[in-house]
Amino acid sequence: MLTLERVSKVYRVGTFGTQPLNAVRDVSLTVPPGAVVSLIGESGSGKSTIGRMVLRLTSVTSGTIAFDGRNVAGLNGHRARKEYYRHVQGVFQDPFSCFNPIFPVDRVFELLRGEYFAATPDTEWRASMRRSIERVSLDPGQVLGRYPHQLSGGQLQRLLIARALMLDIRLLVADEIISMLDASTRIDVLNLLGDLREEGLGILFVTHDLSLGTYVSDTTVILRRGRIAETGPTGEVFASPRHPYTRGLLASVPRMHRTWAEADAELDAETGPCPVHDSAGSEHPADPVEVGAGHFVGCFSNDTCPE
Amino acid sequence: MTVEVSELRVHYRTLRGSVQALDGASMEVGDGAIMGVVGESGCGKSTLGKSLIRMDGRMRHVGGSVRLGGEELPIGDDRAMQAFRYHEVSLIPQYAMSALNPTRRIGRMIGELLESRGVRFSEAKRELTRRLELVGLDGDVLKRFPIELSGGMKQRVVLVLSTLRDPSLLIADEATSALDVANQRAVAEALVGFRDRGFVGAMLFISHDLALVAQIADTVTVMYAGRSAESAPASELLRRPRHPYTRMLLSAVPTVGATIDERRQEGIPGSPPSLLDPPTGCRFKDRCPLAFDQCETRPPFVEVAPGHRVACWKAE
Repeated sequence: MLTLERVSKVYRVGTFGTQPLNAVRDVSLTVPPGAVVSLIGESGSGKSTIGRMVLRLTSVTSGTIAFDGRNVAGLNGHRARKEYYRHVQGVFQDPFSCFNPIFPVDRVFELLRGEYFAATPDTEWRASMRRSIERVSLDPGQVLGRYPHQLSGGQLQRLLIARALMLDIRLLVADEIISMLDASTRIDVLNLLGDLREEGLGILFVTHDLSLGTYVSDTTVILRRGRIAETGPTGEVFASPRHPYTRGLLASVPRMHRTWAEADAELDAETGPCPVHDSAGSEHPADPVEVGAGHFVGCFSNDTCPE
Repeated sequence: MTVEVSELRVHYRTLRGSVQALDGASMEVGDGAIMGVVGESGCGKSTLGKSLIRMDGRMRHVGGSVRLGGEELPIGDDRAMQAFRYHEVSLIPQYAMSALNPTRRIGRMIGELLESRGVRFSEAKRELTRRLELVGLDGDVLKRFPIELSGGMKQRVVLVLSTLRDPSLLIADEATSALDVANQRAVAEALVGFRDRGFVGAMLFISHDLALVAQIADTVTVMYAGRSAESAPASELLRRPRHPYTRMLLSAVPTVGATIDERRQEGIPGSPPSLLDPPTGCRFKDRCPLAFDQCETRPPFVEVAPGHRVACWKAE
């Protein structure tokens, strides 16, 4: 459904934009229908930039992003773009900043109606709005007509997902949508994503938190400085991480029943040579190499690797 | 020195009445111990941290006491607290980025701060560089501006700065929450290292992240709606939680490697009560699956096992 092919993004930084900053480098990935792909990385790894490029909020420097085979960057005209957003929507980190504090929360639905459902009769619109809100396990009577400050972050975040669901949505870009929520409501939003996945929605789930990234995800993509360090089926990547960066990341994540010292002891096992520069002769020398079924590992960028 | 917080009540004054943000929080931190304080947003954990060092204008000390090594802290008296701040009670704020003055070099800023607290910078400088080296920072950072350091480095500078006078109580309020995992671990381990070296007496590590607290805390207090719900040694609390809230909170946190396909985890239904007009009795009763008639009266915070205190009628 969504395919990224060698996508790169270069920002211009410094005085008068004289210095290039490679935020994303040669990233290729696919999001099939009914699957959750987690983009995991630290700050500055380019994970949000990828989400923004998919949503056309940032331009692509090189490479292609295709949705159902059509290049997303090449969508011309208001009509084509609007059609794209009918199928692809985003939800972001801070739900409070997505609502106008001086209007009731219904406003986000009204704006959507003006754009996409102008011809729908009032009763039909209200019924479908209530259905959509019930689908995200909220009680319409409790949330409609309220102001943003009267609702919790979890409720607002679910309302934004409900808003996206009113459209004929097939891909959801979820950029850190649970980082600002409390532990007790986080899991509800994650379960909701799991249910939507069952219904055939493709989800690009951007997060910095490894434990949240595994809970609902079929494919994991670990990003490091804009490049893919490791990608593969989630269980595979977490059970047998090959890239030293992934292993270090996994050892640093605080866990409830394992101390950091125990994690370090496991880490000491030999990582082996860089698979990219060990297997000579690949077409693009920096491309990730397949080490298991669907499990790719990028260059280790250690001392022995040529840059 | 040990820190005893007993039945501390701090309310916020608002136009609509007083918000009972902290309404009977009790805990005890031993000398050289790290106490993790966890809870959802609005449970009063940050109010607790602020009350112990400086109350802002909206906060009012309503009842209860805080004792530091047997001596009562005058927390409601802004002027009397001045003698304790920095020297005895110190704080690491959540956003070190905004705690450092962007227009001063770090060395000059620290100097000004020390002089304002009656400490000669030239006397403290040797110890300052030694401690910076302990957390892996070069003495050269003193010549830099805050913008030249990464988030993790700034957080470590703040850690060194706030513990320079060997405070008896250090309050770390979400000190590592804005950092990514590798930096978070480095700062958390530096905190433990400073405790081991005796630079800080007792430490309150306030965080929303149970897994992180489990890594570094000796004891953990779980707070709910302004009150202590459960307090126990860290391993005991994780293995044998007794309060229904703690149990539900623990089962709502996904661990690394857990997936929805293996086991679907559930959140806690409902939301915390409004503290403007909180319910009587146990404040968790509306969300609690075990609630019964007796929950209409407030359960006492009692010891059920050595060092393990719970505020629940059903905890045995």
